[in-house]
Amino acid sequence: MESTSSLPADLTDLTLVQARSGLEQGTFSPTELVQAHLDRLEKADALNAFITKTPDLALAQAERAEKRLRDRTHGPLEGIPLGIKDLFCTEGVETTAASRILKGFIPPYESTVTDKLFQAGAVMLGKTNLDEFAMGSSNKTSAAGPCLNPWRRAGDDEALVPGGSSGGSASAVSARLVLGATGTDTGGSIRQPAAFCGIVGLKPTYGRCSRWGIVAFASSLDQAGPMTRTVHDAAVMLRAMAGHDPRDSTSAPVEVPNYEAALTGDIRGLRVGLPREYRPDGLDPEMAALWDKGAQMLRDAGAEVVEVSLPHTRYALATYYIVAPAEASSNLARYDGVRYGLRVEGASLDEMYCKTRAAGFGSEVRRRILIGTYALSAGYYDAYYLKAQRVRARIADDFRQAFRDVDVLLTPTTPTAAFGLNETIDDPITMYLNDVFTVPTSLAGLPGLSIPVGLSSKGLPIGLQLIGRHFDEETVLNAGLVLERAAAFTHRPAFLTDTGEA
Amino acid sequence: MTYRIQGETGSWEVVIGLEVHAQVISASKLFSGASTTFGAEPNTQVSLVDAALPGMLPVINGVCVEQAVRTGLALRAKINHRSIFARKNYFYADLPQGYQISQYEQPIVGEGKLVLDMPDGSSRTVGIERLHLEQDAGKSMHDQHPTRSLIDLNRAGVALMEIVSRPDMREPEEAGAYLRKLRSILRYIGTCDGNMEEGSMRCDVNVSVRPEGETELRTRCEVKNVNSVRFVMQAIEAEASRQVQVWESGAEVKQETRLFDPSKGETRSMRSKEHAHDYRYFPDPDLLPLEFDEDFVDRVRQSLPELPDDKKERFITDYGLTPYDASVLVVDRESADYFEAVAQGRDGKTAANWVINNLFGALAKAGHSVADSPVSAAALGKLLDLMASDVINGRIAKDVFDVMIGTGGDPEAIVEERGLRQVTDTGAIEAAIDAVIAANPGKADEVRGGKEKLLGWFVGQVMKATGGKANPGLVNDILKSRLLGG
Amino acid sequence: MALDKTTVANIAFLARLDVPQDQQEALAGELSGILTWIEQLGEVDTQDVAPMTCVADLALAWREDVITDGGYPARVLANAPEQLDGCYVVPKVVE
Repeated sequence: MESTSSLPADLTDLTLVQARSGLEQGTFSPTELVQAHLDRLEKADALNAFITKTPDLALAQAERAEKRLRDRTHGPLEGIPLGIKDLFCTEGVETTAASRILKGFIPPYESTVTDKLFQAGAVMLGKTNLDEFAMGSSNKTSAAGPCLNPWRRAGDDEALVPGGSSGGSASAVSARLVLGATGTDTGGSIRQPAAFCGIVGLKPTYGRCSRWGIVAFASSLDQAGPMTRTVHDAAVMLRAMAGHDPRDSTSAPVEVPNYEAALTGDIRGLRVGLPREYRPDGLDPEMAALWDKGAQMLRDAGAEVVEVSLPHTRYALATYYIVAPAEASSNLARYDGVRYGLRVEGASLDEMYCKTRAAGFGSEVRRRILIGTYALSAGYYDAYYLKAQRVRARIADDFRQAFRDVDVLLTPTTPTAAFGLNETIDDPITMYLNDVFTVPTSLAGLPGLSIPVGLSSKGLPIGLQLIGRHFDEETVLNAGLVLERAAAFTHRPAFLTDTGEA
Repeated sequence: MTYRIQGETGSWEVVIGLEVHAQVISASKLFSGASTTFGAEPNTQVSLVDAALPGMLPVINGVCVEQAVRTGLALRAKINHRSIFARKNYFYADLPQGYQISQYEQPIVGEGKLVLDMPDGSSRTVGIERLHLEQDAGKSMHDQHPTRSLIDLNRAGVALMEIVSRPDMREPEEAGAYLRKLRSILRYIGTCDGNMEEGSMRCDVNVSVRPEGETELRTRCEVKNVNSVRFVMQAIEAEASRQVQVWESGAEVKQETRLFDPSKGETRSMRSKEHAHDYRYFPDPDLLPLEFDEDFVDRVRQSLPELPDDKKERFITDYGLTPYDASVLVVDRESADYFEAVAQGRDGKTAANWVINNLFGALAKAGHSVADSPVSAAALGKLLDLMASDVINGRIAKDVFDVMIGTGGDPEAIVEERGLRQVTDTGAIEAAIDAVIAANPGKADEVRGGKEKLLGWFVGQVMKATGGKANPGLVNDILKSRLLGG
Repeated sequence: MALDKTTVANIAFLARLDVPQDQQEALAGELSGILTWIEQLGEVDTQDVAPMTCVADLALAWREDVITDGGYPARVLANAPEQLDGCYVVPKVVE
């Protein structure tokens, strides 16, 4: 895997780990690697994966990487071109959260995670598209317009959504515009788009990566993580992103393991649980079959697969859709037209607030602010917010019980493969169902990894999710590596074929 | 004597509760590393956290926690080893986050009490409901521009302790005593400088009235941001009278926030607060529960100085002071320490008398505080010693003290330089007495005839003749024997 | 839970969001739908369950009381839509 002797002709087809070897061995330079990706980026405008492109910055960073590689002072991601979700504040580079309300906002600070990535030598090609304020599962709520999935159904030209909210990051990684990208996951925003775009996405344990400098959606759920094309790449990237940050009180003061070292590929004796509640009556038979296939792959590798029960699973979505909007309604109060971002003038302070916020936020964000405001308001707090937090405790307890018996859980990542951009989903609840398999993990703060394991009959990637114990990303990644090897997912998105990359 | 408002329909009782916001003494803010100093240029003491830029997160200042615990201990209150920070959500121009981080259901300090020292020397106890930590807001300036308000966030995020009393007070004087006592305690323990003019201690007053004898509480109004003890007392009077008028007119007092206008001596409804509030409190998900153990509380307890109530008791017991004198002396640590230094090894009552009646008066007149008193405690002690050993008499001592206040001089030196030693030489006094008697034969006869009251007049004349230096006791004795043959 | 137009208007004002009159009805229906769906949580027995406010099983770390931040008004004001004399500016507030 580390060998550079069988390098693909195109530098953009390397994995992150392969590129790292090539750079270290001087097979190609950071500038060549970055330029190759910038060239692809130029031809990929149709995907709308980026809100802001930063080619000049990227080339400057590549130059710095060249020097550090030469001096042997390079970091673990030296010269690696990445996409950064436009939810991470980046010093001097416009950060919008895909919202009109933050149009033109230039942060005078660097988020902890991007700062760590840059310290590690990473190169930023730009800020990737997302659902506005990370609220959505389709990337259609972006003020910058929807991002497209590089995949197409077989024999069908209909544009598909990349999933969301980290749709731009997933699309960019899948289309080989970058070697990896940052995502954030609140209820599935890394894992669902990773599954839709046929890539690897890891939501780490809550508290593993600092939230400092990431535009907040729901503070008790938000967590940053890597989106890459391989499990090994995710392990490398996570190590650079993770770590205790005294500026984030919810960041855990725990050591960051060497995730690469955990990738032994040996899972003999590992106990894998299949939660029975993740197989509802209406589950797509294709999805169910692929899940069984995944379980068999792990069994073949020596794991012991058992059925477990997470009895409160069916209440997770409703719980999430109170907790997340409640927190969001408060987190988004700071967008008031006073200190940054959009302002729409009004005769009074309140009129200015009301006009600014109505014009600045899109409909899904407004809807969630209203639901959240209602859920916290006098007379309803106990019935909605407090009740949801109690159910949340039950859901977390389900996992605790399950993990007494098993080491890792295997589930589908999403109920379906990517859907069409123009498939109108009027009912928000139907839209929310996309998150049904990812939300419980978020509520419990556990690590979840999505890996592309196969194609649907229509030729779209399908992902499976591995869920681990708190701070046990190592087991999740190692089991993921086994799945990845067994599945040997080498399918390529239509976008690569369309643009002449066989 | 109970305070009542006499309305047309009868006598009304006033029910008062106070919410005091005390700015915590700390170098940096409650959740950010920006400075807390007063009076800096606008927005120079503002971090990205204070300005609520996207993605910024709060990290708690340990000293603020310690200060809250210290204050709780000084209020003899229950210290909660686990408390929760909650967000209080509302929009205002000087509230950058769109919420204030405060404590709601589980504050850091629970029930306690405060003993009031009333001017008549009596004591009353007022219940403390709770104390919690919260962020201050920024400052809105409305008078700098005709159509705009300017916002300075220097104060935004500074730690406040909100100290809430029970509605235990029944007269404006008690509210005044509450504030003075609370300020005294906060200053003793160094958790707040208590400066109401600079706004480091602010007071919201909850007032309601009810007919005498009624036991239920009626609707209260909150008078916001009253910034001196005197105004608090005036605001209570004005608001209570207003409420009595409302009730007596057959209307109902409605719960609202009001402002006190000291120039008009009345309260008025706050327009900016007219919308119904719904603060939507919920635990701040950016912070974890605030927890500490009993060891921490013990360490804080051990660092507490002697508190005013304990000191007062000790002064009464050890120095034989009246409760009133003791309460005056313990108001601040400087005064109490000064008094103790003077009283050490001397008569406590005399020391208290001199400190309260002579020193405090003279300092107030000269605009000095005890801390920068021109007369040191040692010097005042020496003066008392000179009196006790009959080197000077009380009248001369007052003159010497006046010189000391003016020059800061040493009392012994002043006495020597000015030749103020008391005359105890019987011969000299007898000579002076004889001269006065000889000059006033008529009056002398009156005394001899039984008008003993005139004896005082003779004492005065003799003192005058000796330049006040004669020992008044000796003068009295000799005069008596001369005129009354005693 | 069926929300009416008035409730929607009140909530919208609490959240400082202009919702045009002609949209309030539709929004009320939409939000009611979501809230009704959420009411399934009532089926869960949560007696004796403490509400879960944080996932992290951590103690809140305390900062030292030292001045480490601030002193950069230009940075703080850099993105302000309006500023004057080093201050943020808003429509005049009448108290």
